[in-house]
Amino acid sequence: MPIWLDDFLWTYQTLIHSLGINGLLALSMYVVLAVGQLSLGQAAFMGLGAYTGALLSLHTGLPFALVLAGSAVVPVLAAAAVGLPTLRLTGVYLAIATIGLGEVLRVIYVNAEITGGALGLGGIPGRSATWIILLLLAGALGGVWLVGRSRFGRAMEAMRGDQTAAAVIGVNVPAYHLGALLASAALAGVAGALSAHSSTFISPDDYAFEAAVTILSFAILGGIGSPLGPVVGALVLTLLPELLRPLHDFRGVFNGLIIVLVVLFLPRGILPWPMTRLRKPL
Amino acid sequence: MFAQQLANGLVLGATYALFALGFTLMVGVLRVINLTYGFYFTLGALVALAGCRDLGLSLWLALPLGMLAAGLAAVIIDTALLTPLRRARAPELASLMVTLGAVLLLYSVLSMGLGTEIRRFPLGTLPAGAVMLGEVRLGAAQILIVVTTLVMVLGLWVLLSRTRLGLALRAVAENPDAASLMAISVPRMVMATSLLSGVLAGAAGVLIGLNQNAIQPYMGETMMLRGFAVIIIGGLGDVRGAVAAGLVLGVAEVMAAGYIDSMVKDGVAFTLMVLVLWLKPAGLLGRARVTRA
Amino acid sequence: MTALLEVSRASKQYRGLAAVDDVSFTVEAGRVHGLIGPNGAGKTTLFNLISGLVPLDEGNILFEGRDIAPLPIHARAGLGIARTFQNIRIFEDMTVLETVAAGAHARLSAPFWHCLLGLPRSRAEERRVAAEALEALEFVGLADRAQTRAGDLAYGEQRRLEIARGLASRPRLLLLDEPAAGMNPHETADLACLLRRVCERGVTLLLVEHDMGFIMTLCCRLTVLNFGRRIACGTPQEVRTNPAVIEAYLGTKAAARLAARAGREEGWQ
Ligand SMILES: Nc1ncnc2c1ncn2[C@@H]1O[C@H](COP(=O)(O)OP(=O)(O)OP(=O)(O)O)[C@@H](O)[C@H]1O
Ligand SMILES: [Mg+2]
Repeated sequence: MPIWLDDFLWTYQTLIHSLGINGLLALSMYVVLAVGQLSLGQAAFMGLGAYTGALLSLHTGLPFALVLAGSAVVPVLAAAAVGLPTLRLTGVYLAIATIGLGEVLRVIYVNAEITGGALGLGGIPGRSATWIILLLLAGALGGVWLVGRSRFGRAMEAMRGDQTAAAVIGVNVPAYHLGALLASAALAGVAGALSAHSSTFISPDDYAFEAAVTILSFAILGGIGSPLGPVVGALVLTLLPELLRPLHDFRGVFNGLIIVLVVLFLPRGILPWPMTRLRKPL
Repeated sequence: MFAQQLANGLVLGATYALFALGFTLMVGVLRVINLTYGFYFTLGALVALAGCRDLGLSLWLALPLGMLAAGLAAVIIDTALLTPLRRARAPELASLMVTLGAVLLLYSVLSMGLGTEIRRFPLGTLPAGAVMLGEVRLGAAQILIVVTTLVMVLGLWVLLSRTRLGLALRAVAENPDAASLMAISVPRMVMATSLLSGVLAGAAGVLIGLNQNAIQPYMGETMMLRGFAVIIIGGLGDVRGAVAAGLVLGVAEVMAAGYIDSMVKDGVAFTLMVLVLWLKPAGLLGRARVTRA
Repeated sequence: MTALLEVSRASKQYRGLAAVDDVSFTVEAGRVHGLIGPNGAGKTTLFNLISGLVPLDEGNILFEGRDIAPLPIHARAGLGIARTFQNIRIFEDMTVLETVAAGAHARLSAPFWHCLLGLPRSRAEERRVAAEALEALEFVGLADRAQTRAGDLAYGEQRRLEIARGLASRPRLLLLDEPAAGMNPHETADLACLLRRVCERGVTLLLVEHDMGFIMTLCCRLTVLNFGRRIACGTPQEVRTNPAVIEAYLGTKAAARLAARAGREEGWQ
């Protein structure tokens, strides 16, 4: 590796890590939005992944790949418990059910001994190498992109347009809702574990309401025409506060404002172009 | 002991019911989950507090002032954010998202302006005495809450079932397009609903603020978590269900804290909500409109 | 002749209002079967029952001899039932070509893993779908709009797009809910021609329509609903002269007048 690249990576490592992790979180949000649902539990899934990963690393000798797998499974179980009963109901039920999840988990983290209480968990080994984070982001983006381009993506786009009409043409709407929710929980869980092993310290407040809204703002800003939108949204919203320091103190105001303005005035986000699947054969 | 627990639970439940009343009304008539609702609750409490503390008003002047401020805020925010989406016939999740962004914005502004420290009503805002009913002790704030909840529930019931305005509101709740064909001005009904809900939120904020005597910008946010549970347990948009659900939740929380562990109290609302979603998604009374895919 | 669809004693109530009340009829394969009745008669509700959007209160519905009442909505597409909607329901943001390809969803079989990894089988299937979708668009006369956003089509074109989307699943039975509504006489004539060609392809049609001329030229059997009940069933000729039908459409007085005139005419002969 050339010296300058090494230098660059070392100086900006934290930033690059958070870009990658936020990109994964934005993708996890996209997967749910793509089937016309809204989950406000992405921060909660992320937290579950972070705590699961941290505990596995601290108390077992598992290789990192298995730690990441475990961090994906636990949030998936939580998502199933909360999401399954809402699959056949309108989208607001899932949104409401997931909004409460984060708070309950916070109560558990704060009170349980193994999670380190209100102080959080420290001393997590820094196992998230930059290449692992970027590879996982690229893999996830590629996978979501390919699925989006296939018949499954077309079915999702149809559901987003008109759920009833999609069901009538044979799309198993509840199954798609479930699949998307579980995939999204897994992605968020992995992102959480990566962030825990990058910052080496986690606390219950990292995964609260504000984090959930921030993740949503990535996806909304980028737009859900294609999976690239949310990732670009995450890029912009992670870099902006770094470039404009004053924004740091106004993060809440800024992220809230982004959501309001984009939903009202730019409902397709800044990358509005839908994926092209079929071209007219010649 | 048990009687006192039950009484405490019912009083707590009354606060939840009181809080959820306006929220349910919004959900039922406007068909939108307006996440800014908790902010009106906070605003009512803060305005009444300022009235009592800084202007030296009596509670009976500060209370309506808080209610009015909350009601106006509700109308303004609904008009600015939700009316455009209604006009564009945007999906319901778009409205939910816009209010989500708005609520983060509002709380952030509020806590930057006021700080997050806890404020209290001056001593003597309420008489200090308590009433003994057999072995059950009820403080003045608690009695005030129970009485107000009763009055508001009755008032809302009379309004919805016995007045022309209530009839119009129910028509809009049933089907806005059909209602506008019957010469009901839907935009005006939307405003009336926002105002009414905001006023109810404000009243709840003042009274619950008095009872807990700990007022800070995020108090509405904490309350909202109970609010979500109440509207799901009671059935989306079902006012009677919300009252029942509030009481059930209050009693369940106090009992859980008393007989299991005080730590589990904060998990009760969510657990009950998920149980209801699994077992009875149309709500306790089973009357909510549940759209299936 | 085998019955393709057999509705027996179907009932559906909305808060005490019987939208469909004890309705029975059969649709034979290869025919155009008309379903008519005044506004609010329950025609759309009956369609919703057949396609599974609302559950039956009572009765059952057999498709090719099989009870479909317990099946979820999406499974019915796989069996060969397609429909269009009275208030057009298209996917506004999709292109016309994609919309029709989406209509073929129930027939596609590329497994998820193939799609996730972009394996050849899924890509081959996509190419096939594109060709078939274009063919369906040519059939309904929308081939030149293939890359247009569906929401940007004119009203009549959207109606035809819905038909193409329904045909893309290669259905045995196509339910059409007022396909000619809002069309001018010229477009209506074109549509009648199109539907005849659909029928020639072996697709059975169940057709709801208010335009009597349209119904009479296309259908060989009619079922008439009024206030949720079946009041008549038969060939267009039989139905046209059925007093209950005349009464339902024109009211009691007009029916009496027509009956009286019929009586006078008979007297002359
Ligand atoms: N979802 C519903 N909730 C309540 N009532 C309904 C519902 N759908 C239909 N109805 C009622 O059922 C009756 C039959 O309606 P339906 O739409 O089936 O009639 P239709 O024959 O299709 O009429 P049109 O010719 O006007 O389309 C009507 O009285 C209608 O008001
Ligand atoms: Mg109809």
